[in-house]
Parts: sequence; structure tokens; C-alpha cells
Amino acid sequence: MNALSLEGVHTHIGAYHILHGVDLVVPKGKVTMLLGRNGAGKTTTLRTIMGLWRASRGNIRFDGKEIAALPTPSISAMGVAYVPEHMGIFADLTVKENMLLAARKAKRLEDLDESRLKWIFRLFPAVEKFWSYQAGKLSGGQKQMLAVARAIVEPREMLIIDEPSKGLAPAIVSNMIDAIEQLKATGVTTLLVEQNVNFAKRLGDHVAVMDDGVIVHNGSMSDFSDDIRLQQNLLGLAL
Amino acid sequence: MTETEIQSPMPARKVTPIWSIEFDLRPILLLPAIALVALPLVGTPSTWLTLTVAGLAMGMIIFITASGLTLVFGLMDVLNFGHGLFIAFGAYVAVATLGPLVNWTGSPELWRNLVALGCAMLAAMIAAAALGAAFERIIVRPVYGKHLKQILITMGGGIIGEELIKVIWGPSQIPLPLPEALRGAVSLGDASLSRYRILAVVIGLVVFAVLAWTLNRTKLGLLVRAGVQDREMVEALGYRIGRLFVGVFVTGSALAGLGGVMWGLFQQNLVPQMGVQVNVLIFIVIIIGGLGSTTGALIGALLVGLVVNYVGFVFPVLTQFASIGLLIAVLLWRPQGLYPVVNR
Repeated sequence: MNALSLEGVHTHIGAYHILHGVDLVVPKGKVTMLLGRNGAGKTTTLRTIMGLWRASRGNIRFDGKEIAALPTPSISAMGVAYVPEHMGIFADLTVKENMLLAARKAKRLEDLDESRLKWIFRLFPAVEKFWSYQAGKLSGGQKQMLAVARAIVEPREMLIIDEPSKGLAPAIVSNMIDAIEQLKATGVTTLLVEQNVNFAKRLGDHVAVMDDGVIVHNGSMSDFSDDIRLQQNLLGLAL
Repeated sequence: MTETEIQSPMPARKVTPIWSIEFDLRPILLLPAIALVALPLVGTPSTWLTLTVAGLAMGMIIFITASGLTLVFGLMDVLNFGHGLFIAFGAYVAVATLGPLVNWTGSPELWRNLVALGCAMLAAMIAAAALGAAFERIIVRPVYGKHLKQILITMGGGIIGEELIKVIWGPSQIPLPLPEALRGAVSLGDASLSRYRILAVVIGLVVFAVLAWTLNRTKLGLLVRAGVQDREMVEALGYRIGRLFVGVFVTGSALAGLGGVMWGLFQQNLVPQMGVQVNVLIFIVIIIGGLGSTTGALIGALLVGLVVNYVGFVFPVLTQFASIGLLIAVLLWRPQGLYPVVNR
């Protein structure tokens, strides 16, 4: 069963035609990796799913419901959390304020789910350590941890993360993988854009490869990992 | 997800909040620095104190009118050149409200004066808020994201509103005398402190305290501050920024209406063009403060108030250039304003 599906999705940004009919399925409860060269249209695909850029044609269904015409807050309210490539941290706010903002049901910090917060602190200790710090003062890796922590501060149906491992130290990448695996164990569907193929191979169940605004490969990660030639053809990797 | 569903081998650790927000005090220190520099130039301490209170009162009134505009710009990148309309409209509504209350404003009892003034301020805020809601819906909403069109159409809206004020209340100057008990001054040593200006400082501080509390201590305020930095991410977190913006626009208009009453009482007369005149000072203040920053707007407004009053006394011929000179000096020091909003 698919949590998310895109059929023939086209996206224009101004005069530019970026997506040329994207067909993508994201199986429920699995981790799907969206790979591709720079400029292939991966980020545009994520932003189109979230309604941040409008699809000019095609269908996007989440949990069986058409969402292509829905505003971003409605898509988010369906349980879709999004972490953009630039992380979207509110730099003037503290770490705890960033977390509180992401918890839509909580009005005060005391309303946050304590057990969930403890779990997040175990996954990303920096979030606890810098709880009262201004988020803008954190390092790049700490901001990335905060961005993901913020996305999971409440239970979500689906996580969409644009390049979660970008610029992270290996130890933090391991924490990130732990976090996503633990979320997967609870049934959360995940769609990740990733440049780091090794990260993708460790985590992904399913893989889709984009090139020039279309999906050129769709399949299981195990098949993809075994086929070096396919990887070279699709991603230009010299492995 | 509950604790039982999420298993982790690591033990839970106690949350230890660490207060580490670094607040930049330098812009605030400019205020006493300017006041101290002005003291020998002004000459006598009593005159200096009178000018300082007048400057602070003027600054507080400008802050009240400017606070909404800076949030509107910060939140939605909307350049509202028609903001002055809400100031003038609020002031004229206050005149209309105070008319039937002449027995209350003419009474020597302070409480009666304050009740009358409170009614006028409330009426001005409600009327300006309603006008703001209509202005946002009809004039601003169609031009979101189009700066040039925003400038032209909001300026046009402001001009039309000004003409409508002339139609309703006439083009001539209208007196707005202070209530009886607020006239005159309180003596402090040799200094003479205007009662109304002291009241203006108090009202300004109350407005700032309410704004600061709302912005820093409530989820709504958190959303506004976050929206000023990255409105797209606020939407991605599930909040409708459009509704938030309408709320801020209407609140900003109401504050402009309140500021209009206070400015009218400060000048003790009204003209239909008063909004445009104050608008110039407001834009100077929000640029000095850093676009989108409420604290910046307060400090910027107080700086403008003090500098205009000191320069007006010491170098009267330079009064017209005082606020522009201050703007240039601040931007040379901090091109993004005193408290630039991060992420913008």
C-alpha cells in the first residue's frame, strides 16, 4: 500500500518548466530514497508535494486523498512533516521555542509530550544541551538535528527530509539513521532526498532516481545496491 | 507515539535549561549616551529634563504607531504606505467621540478625564482596526509579493482615505484640546514636565509591555516572530500565515489609531494630512530599528524623539534634518538597522 503517490506531476517556477511528469510511489511505513544529480528536480518534487510550489498538472495523493490543490498548512495537518534543505530553523528563536512551534497542539512547553521529548533528547543530545540557546547560534550539524527533532516532536504519518546528512559528522549521521530507523519501526513513512549514496543504501527500502525532471528508476534499494552499473548509469557514480 | 512504543538503550537525562540569550545592549545604551551628550549642549539640567521627557513622549507615540507597521512588513514583506490613514482616521474618530463627552473632558477631576480619553482611544482603535481589515482585504491582498504595486496602491488608498476625511470632517485644522486635568505641567525642581507627556510615556510603556509579553510569552507571539523570519516554514509547520497576517495588520491598524489620538493630543490639533506627516517619521523609525523588529522600533522611536527635541532646542534650523541625519548615522553603523531580524 502506498502512503504517497505522484502521477504525471508537472511544476513550473516562473518561466521554467522543472518537473516534466513525475511518477513516484512512496510505500507506507517504508523509507524511500529520492536520488539524482544536482538539478534533477528532487527538491522541487518535495516542495511540490508540500504545496510550497503548485503542481501545474498531475495528481498527488496522500493516504488516498488528492492533495495537489491543498494549501501547505492543510497538507502538514494531515501528518506530513517537512525538513527543507536549508533546515528552516527560526534563528532568532530559542531551541525550545522552535520545538514548541512545531508542536501544533501544545500552547506551552509544559504541554509537550515529555516521554517523546526524552526520546528526542536521547537521539539528539544537542537539542537538550542547547535547549535555551538561540537556534541561530548552533552549528550546522546541531541545526540539522534540531530541524529533524522539530519535525518529529509530534507523531507524524510521514516525514519528508531534504538531504538529512548534508554537512553532518559521521557520528551524527549515525544518530540520524537511528532516529529514522526508530521512526520507521513505529510505522512512519519516510521520503528522503539524499546525495550521500552510502547513507541512502543503509537506510532505504525503496529507491527512486530522478533526472531532468522525471523519475528514471523506481525499485527496491537492495536491487539498486547490487547493480553497480545501474548506479553508474543513473547517478554517474564512479564506485 | 508513547514511551512504550519508542525504545532506546540510553537512559533519560534531566532537562537543564540554560539561559544563554545574548541581548545586544549597545543600541539601548545609545539612548543615555545621546541624553548625556545633549546635557552640556542644552545647558541647564531643568531644560534638559523637560526636553528629555518631551522626547521620550514623542518617541513613545511614534513607537505605538510604528509597531504594527514593522510587524506587517516583517511578516509579509508588505510595504504599506497607507499606514498614515489609520493614524489620521483614529484621531478624527477620537474628536468625534470626545465631542459629546465635553462635560467629562472639561471636568477638573482626573478620573473623569481619563475615562473620556479611554473611550476616545477605544473608539479610535476599533474604527482604525475595522478600516485596517477592509484596507487589507480590498487594497493589500491583491498585491501580495508585488512591491512596486504595493507602494503605488497603498499610497493611493491613503490619498483616497485622506480625501474622505476631508469630506467627512472638512479640510481645515480641528482643535483637539487636552482634557482639563492633563493640561499644564508638574514641577520637578526647576524642570517643568508636561502632564500629558508623562501620560504618553506611561501609555507607550504599557503598549510595549503588552506587545513584548504577547510576542515573547505566547504561542501567538512565537508564530508572529517565526513568521517574520521564515513564513514559508511556518506554513510547512501547519499554520495559516495569511490569517496571522490579517490579525497583525488589524492590530497594527488599531495601534496606529491609538497613536493618532495621542499624536493629535500631543499637537493639540488635527489636519487631514497628519497621517502622511507622521508616516515619514514612522518609516525612519522602522528602518532605524531593523525591519520587522518591535524592540528595534521602540529604540528607534525613542532615539528619533530625543534627537528631534534636543536638536530643535540647540540647533533650531537643523530640526527638519535631525531624524534624517540620525537615520544616516545609524545605517552607517548598522546597515540592517539596530536590531536586524535574522533570516530575512
